[in-house]
Order: sequence, then C-alpha cells, then structure tokens
Amino acid sequence: MSGLRPDLAVIAEHVAPGSRVLDVGCGDGALMAALRDQRHVDARGMELDAHNVAECVARGLSVIQGDADTDLAYYPDAVFDYAILSQTLQTTRRPDKVLGELLRVGRRAFVSFPNFGHWRVRLSLLWNGRMPVTRSLPVSWYATENIHHLTVADFRALVEELGVKVEGAWFLASDGQVGAAGANWRAEHAVFLLSR
Amino acid sequence: MTARFRSPKPEGMDGSDLQASSHLLELAEPLPLDGGQALPGVRISYETYGTLNAERSNAILICHALTGDQHVASPHPKTGKPGWWVRMVGPGKPIDTDRFHVICANVLGSCMGTTGPASPASDGQPWAMRFPVITIRDMVRGHVALLDALGIERLHAVVGGSMGGMQALSLAANWPERAGAVLVIASTARHSAQNIAFHEVGRQAIMADPKWKNGDYYGARDKGGGKGPENGLAVARMAAHITYLSEEGMHEKFGRRLQNREAKTFGFDADFQVESYLRHQGLSFTDRFDANSYLYITRAMDYFDLAEEHGGKLAQAFAGSTARFCLVSFDTDWLYPTAESRAIAHALNAAGAQVSFVELSAPFGHDSFLLDVPALDRVIAGFLGS
Repeated sequence: MSGLRPDLAVIAEHVAPGSRVLDVGCGDGALMAALRDQRHVDARGMELDAHNVAECVARGLSVIQGDADTDLAYYPDAVFDYAILSQTLQTTRRPDKVLGELLRVGRRAFVSFPNFGHWRVRLSLLWNGRMPVTRSLPVSWYATENIHHLTVADFRALVEELGVKVEGAWFLASDGQVGAAGANWRAEHAVFLLSR
Repeated sequence: MTARFRSPKPEGMDGSDLQASSHLLELAEPLPLDGGQALPGVRISYETYGTLNAERSNAILICHALTGDQHVASPHPKTGKPGWWVRMVGPGKPIDTDRFHVICANVLGSCMGTTGPASPASDGQPWAMRFPVITIRDMVRGHVALLDALGIERLHAVVGGSMGGMQALSLAANWPERAGAVLVIASTARHSAQNIAFHEVGRQAIMADPKWKNGDYYGARDKGGGKGPENGLAVARMAAHITYLSEEGMHEKFGRRLQNREAKTFGFDADFQVESYLRHQGLSFTDRFDANSYLYITRAMDYFDLAEEHGGKLAQAFAGSTARFCLVSFDTDWLYPTAESRAIAHALNAAGAQVSFVELSAPFGHDSFLLDVPALDRVIAGFLGS
C-alpha cells in the first residue's frame, strides 16, 4: 500500500480482503482505489467536494457527493463491513452523531484524526498563546475546515461514553508509529478501529 | 420480437471522419403500450457509430431528449447543424466510437423517422390525435425491441440527459438485465408540478392556435399551406427554452441590451435581444419539429413517475439491479435541480446498487449537459471506460 497517506496505509492494511467498505470523506479516492485494486474490496465513497467526486468517478469509483453530517442517514443498517472516516471527524458538525451513524451502516469503523494533544500543538499554544499552525494542522484557525479539534484522550472518552468497543488503535508520528501509552502527546495522527 | 430491417446505408459524413450509419427497423409485432393498446406497424429510425464487437458486449445506447433525435453525432438532415452531442461522441471522445458501438434511436412519438402522430396509420392517413398517448416506458419498450432485433442482450451502458435520462432510468428499472451501466445526466425520476405546468403552457399554446385544427393540420401541410400551428409551437418552444437556461446565463448573454437599435420603440416589436433570440428559437424550431409530436412527448414526460410504477418506493424500482449507476446534475439547472438526482442516488443506495452522484458547476442551466463542461467529459469517460 505504498504511496498512500500514512493513516490510510494503516487502514488499508487492516481491511479484510473482499469486504464491503464505505469511505466517508473519500477525497480523491486514493484509499478506495488501493482497496479495490489490491484487496478486491467492494468500495463505495461519500465526498463533499464536487471536484473530488468527479475525479473519483473518472477513476471508476462509486462515489456519492454528500455530507457526512446528514447523508449517512440514507444508508440502510449494517450494509458495510467497514465504514471509514479518515481525517474528517474533526470537520463534522456533530462528531458524536457521525460516529453513531458510522457504526450503524458499518459493522466496524475505522476513524483517523489529527491529534490536537500532540506536544508541538501544546507547546505552540503555551508559548505563543495563539491557535497552533503545525505540520499536521497547517491552516490558520479562521480558514481551517477543522471545527471540532480533539485529542486522543478526548476520543477515548467519547467512545467510552458511546459504549463503543475499540478493536485496534494505531498512533502515528513523523518518524513512525508510537505506543499507546504516550500517544496523547507523542502521536500526530491516530487511527482507531471501532465496533458496536 | 421479430423484425425487418430496411435500407441500411452507411453514409460518409462531411466535415467529420465519424462514420454514422442510418437505419430503419420495422417491428413485425404490434408494440404493447402502457395505455393498454398495442401499436401496429411501428418503425424505429436509428443511427449507429463504431463497430459492434464479436461478443456484442460493447454497445452503448444513447437516449435523446424531448426535441432531440437519432442524429447524435451526424448533421441534422433538415437544419444541416452538427449532431446534438457531437462534442461527446466520436473517436477518442468521452463516448469513444473507437471502443464502443454507439446506438441512438429516435423515440416513439417523435417525428424524425420513428412512428409518431405524423406517421400514417393503417388507413394511410396521419395518426394525428388518434395516436395513442404513450409513456417513457413505451419509448423504452421500443428501444428494447430494437436491441432484440440487433441481437444485443446486454448493453455496456445506457446514457441519457434530460428526457434521455428518464429513459435510461426506465430501462434500468424495467429491464435491469439489459444494461451494465446507467448514466443519467440532468434528469429526474418524476415530473414535478412545475415541470408539468411549463409543459401545459406549451401544449395550450399549440392547441390554442387555430391552425392546430384538433391535430388534423397535415393535409394543409401537404398542399404547401404552412406547417400547421407554427405560432403555437413557436410559443411552446419559447417558454420551454427559458427553462433550459439559467437566470444568470440569460443575464450574461442578453442583459437588458436592445436588438439592433439605439432606443426603445415604445411598441411591441422585439426591442430586447432576449426577445429577438427567443422568437428566433421558436420559429426555427417549427422548421424541424411536429406540433403533435410535441404534445405527445411532453405528455409522456409528465406521466413519468418511476416510484409510482414500483409501489410508490423509488428504491423498489432498482431492487436487484446489478448495474453501475452514475447521476450528474448541474448547480444552475432549475428544471431538474440537484435534489432530484440526489433522491435517485439515495434510492439506489438503499437498494444496495453501485452508484455515483455528482453535482457539477456550470453556468448554462439545464442545457449544461449539451455544452462545454470539461468536468462532465471526465466523468462520462471515466464512468464508461471503467
């Protein structure tokens, strides 16, 4: 799965071959194409940006232009083995409800997000007193699509509150994966595998 | 259904290296209709491009819109204008005739060679208003009869914009085994009250024209006495044409500019460019289209409601479909707005079908599907090629 963004590569490695997948916020379809071509996955996508959807369709992928906050409601229960939400949770209006919907349409869900608890972010806020602009969060507060920043600890608390099982977790830093223990300050990105 | 072919003659087309061949199919059996009748002696006029492969698996059926015809990529025989989708269909184009065998048939009820109200009934006189009211599904029944005659069991794809999209949806819902991919552009699964209302304005304009004569105007035409209700048909076309454009596009094209004059005339001449344009559109339309065909085809569109045909649930229309679907809408199309395509996408999702849906940005309103929208080219080529 070379060439994929690191969080997508982690997800791609752990999707069972031949399964049915919904990629919510699928972007230009890189993950879907990799899953289809290398793991024979029946992949469907949802994406807000029309240009990205057009690119996906041009790649032969089945992608619907839609909004994760509202349009998951049109999918029947448990029709997918996995629902994937990569780098999108923090852009939704109600991340808690989106997580619930993911685990309604999919039997399992992969969720990846940038960790606002990373030490660079903490340091930047502490020293400068300004909303951080870092490598993993490169856009200013007024222009970013990230409207619900969260940390690894926030996410763990939310899934506990929702009564959701964590089946796997992967924590990514610039120099590779880090362990679960120090993840809340060491990980730039987190990937969770959830189930009901 | 057995059938007889007449005069298949390949024609070299001027100004294009694209070989279109025109054909006429006569159905041996009467065509059953949704209205309960069966229409005898149906002829279907169609064109083909590109080569059908040995497996007969590379055929694409293109379904035309309300006033379209089979001349998808060949010059119109009456106006001499290039085919209506010549930018999309041809060698190396998004619908690539080097790879695909493209079929485009004039729809039932039309006036370009396929049987319609202007065609002779068994008594030799034009059907006129004796022609049975038809539906979109009846048009598709004609297409399926054509595919049967051509020995094409399963199309690589069925493609259509506007009313062509309705036919594509109807084929997918009623003959799901006949197409592997379904591409629906700027279309809808049902005609809305507003859609019906605009069509009714057009029909009333035709029927209010004294030259309509309850549809029996063909004799007058034979004796050189004009083309029937030209004024009414022109007004119908003018009203419809407005619905094909966006408000913004019209403003940009015409604004409040005056037509070949410095000042308003304080009269009812076409002072404004937009008036002059619409009058021209209306009048030139009467040179190429039959008023009764306009009545029958708009009626078929108004009757279209795919969910109603399938127990009131649109998802049910696509239950068990194995085809791939792609729906495209345009942000400035207020005739069949994005919500209509999205509703179809949601229904297909609920049915578990493979579906793509995208709203493209284009300034041309409903007509965007016929015009220069590069993103549409990419979507069509990608969807059909995969």
